[in-house]
Amino acid sequence: MAEEMSRKPYVREMTFRWIFRHPRYVRYMAREFSCLFIGAYTLLMVWGLKQLADGPESWRAFLECLQSPASILFQVLALGFALYHSFTWFNLTPKALPLQVGEEFLPDGLISGAHYAGWAVVSLAILYLAGAF
Amino acid sequence: MAKSNKPIVWGPFAAGGTLTAFLTPVLILLTLLAAFGHVPDLLAYERLHAFAGHWAAKLALAGVVFLSLWSTAHRLRITCYDLGVHADTLVATVVYIAALAGTGASVLYLARI
Repeated sequence: MAEEMSRKPYVREMTFRWIFRHPRYVRYMAREFSCLFIGAYTLLMVWGLKQLADGPESWRAFLECLQSPASILFQVLALGFALYHSFTWFNLTPKALPLQVGEEFLPDGLISGAHYAGWAVVSLAILYLAGAF
Repeated sequence: MAKSNKPIVWGPFAAGGTLTAFLTPVLILLTLLAAFGHVPDLLAYERLHAFAGHWAAKLALAGVVFLSLWSTAHRLRITCYDLGVHADTLVATVVYIAALAGTGASVLYLARI
């Protein structure tokens, strides 16, 4: 049917070379790829829960695994991508949650700024409650 | 995909994106501290086992796992499309089932704690 309808069908390019045509596209893909690291880290957490359920020996083995160079490299990369995700996500909040007060919309910086402040508070609270310092 | 399904997959994606933005960096920081030998008190076996033994903590942990995996799955699906994999139904099925399987596994482990 398609052959009858179109004499010269447009075949869309099926490669990922478009990513490198503009720095903006590279940043977009970096943001999208952050999900791989966040997902992999979540699976690491799930494995940690298994080791925790298996008992003290298994948990110790898990903590030792965290110390391997490959694991540290992964966690550092994951931290970088997770931070990139956080920054890009919070920078979009004024678009996602525009707040109107009276006639005026609140300035973008105030909305993303409130998220950054909340993020700092949550992070410090968790570090404190977990006994990191 | 039918239009009516959209809010169901998109809702947990947005919630997961927000949750991971707030939570994932600090969680990674905790395990990184442990990796460098400065194990936070919470990650000691007794403490963490007692913490994860509480039903509210179990619920929170399962929720974090579900929302993180789901938002990953959704983003991965969109990224596959961007990279030229246009078998969207297949990709969507695989990634969402994987997210649910990971969540299911975490629920099973949490039930044993």
